[in-house]
Amino acid sequence: MTTNSTSHEDAHEAHHGHSHGHEAGHGSFKSYMTGFILSVILTAIPFWLVMGDVLDSKVATIAAIMIIGAIQIVVHMVYFLHMNTKSEGGWTMMALIFTVIIVAIALIGSLWVMHHLNTNMMVMSPEMMKNLP
Amino acid sequence: MSSNIQSQSAEKPQFYLEEDHHPEGSTNLGFWLYLMSDCLIFATLFATYAVLGRNYAAGPSPADLFDLKLVAINTAMLLFSSITYGFAMLQMERGAKQETLFWLGITGLFGLAFLGIELYEFYHMIHEGATPQRSAFLSAFFTLVGTHGLHVTFGIIWLVTLMVQVSKHGLIHENRRRLMCLSMFWHFLDVVWIGVFSVVYLMGVVG
Repeated sequence: MTTNSTSHEDAHEAHHGHSHGHEAGHGSFKSYMTGFILSVILTAIPFWLVMGDVLDSKVATIAAIMIIGAIQIVVHMVYFLHMNTKSEGGWTMMALIFTVIIVAIALIGSLWVMHHLNTNMMVMSPEMMKNLP
Repeated sequence: MSSNIQSQSAEKPQFYLEEDHHPEGSTNLGFWLYLMSDCLIFATLFATYAVLGRNYAAGPSPADLFDLKLVAINTAMLLFSSITYGFAMLQMERGAKQETLFWLGITGLFGLAFLGIELYEFYHMIHEGATPQRSAFLSAFFTLVGTHGLHVTFGIIWLVTLMVQVSKHGLIHENRRRLMCLSMFWHFLDVVWIGVFSVVYLMGVVG
């Protein structure tokens, strides 16, 4: 039984050497710390911008929040989720790209359609409101 | 390499059965696909919030309701839990069972602190009359943030289950695979939270 399991281990180790799938989860202390420190900085900046009322323009603040948020998501993907183009032979990256496209369509599409619905809605007069069912 | 295997299997046909561990490699990809589909759930909820987030129905607005200090503490809790889970994974790679359990426990405590603060925030809001029924903004808010909180809750249940598994059976191959999946799930929740605090809390308070 023991020899059996060790031979299995060996076979597994050998398989490990040339597989593409298992590297996905292997980070080092350094990479985790790099990701953590970057995340702390990238979280602190937007909170500071909003809580300290640093920028005069609302649009600039919102743009900064969006851009820093996007950068932080990439940092998490790389340092915590160990995303790269090679894991699982590139299929995780394929799935991610597909998801990003669908998410973008869902978000931009919803906002676009609903914005047009709102702006093209007929303004109701008080008389019309009274006659509502 | 392949000719080697073929010649060996020709001599001993049962050898091939023992090496049957190929389905293992696809677990990561399968779990990643689940996370991507989960991502779509959050995308629809974010889209709902983006569309309805300004419809206050003469009720409270984000600037009235949100306490950014509390949100900052909450964000820190989730970020700490992410790095401590990373430490647990590093200890798992070393094969150190007790240290893995220790860091998993710390991760669970940070997760519980996050949930506690979130529930306190919800309780506070509902106490002030800002219930999900109050306005479209609040319906969308509670659905989005509540779904994230529910994910964290199930993540903690999963974490405790795995701590029991690891303490009973050790860092066997199956437990390593499970810890790997939970690691992806946990970090994914942190990624979603970046979207939540940026879009809902910070942009809500800016107005």
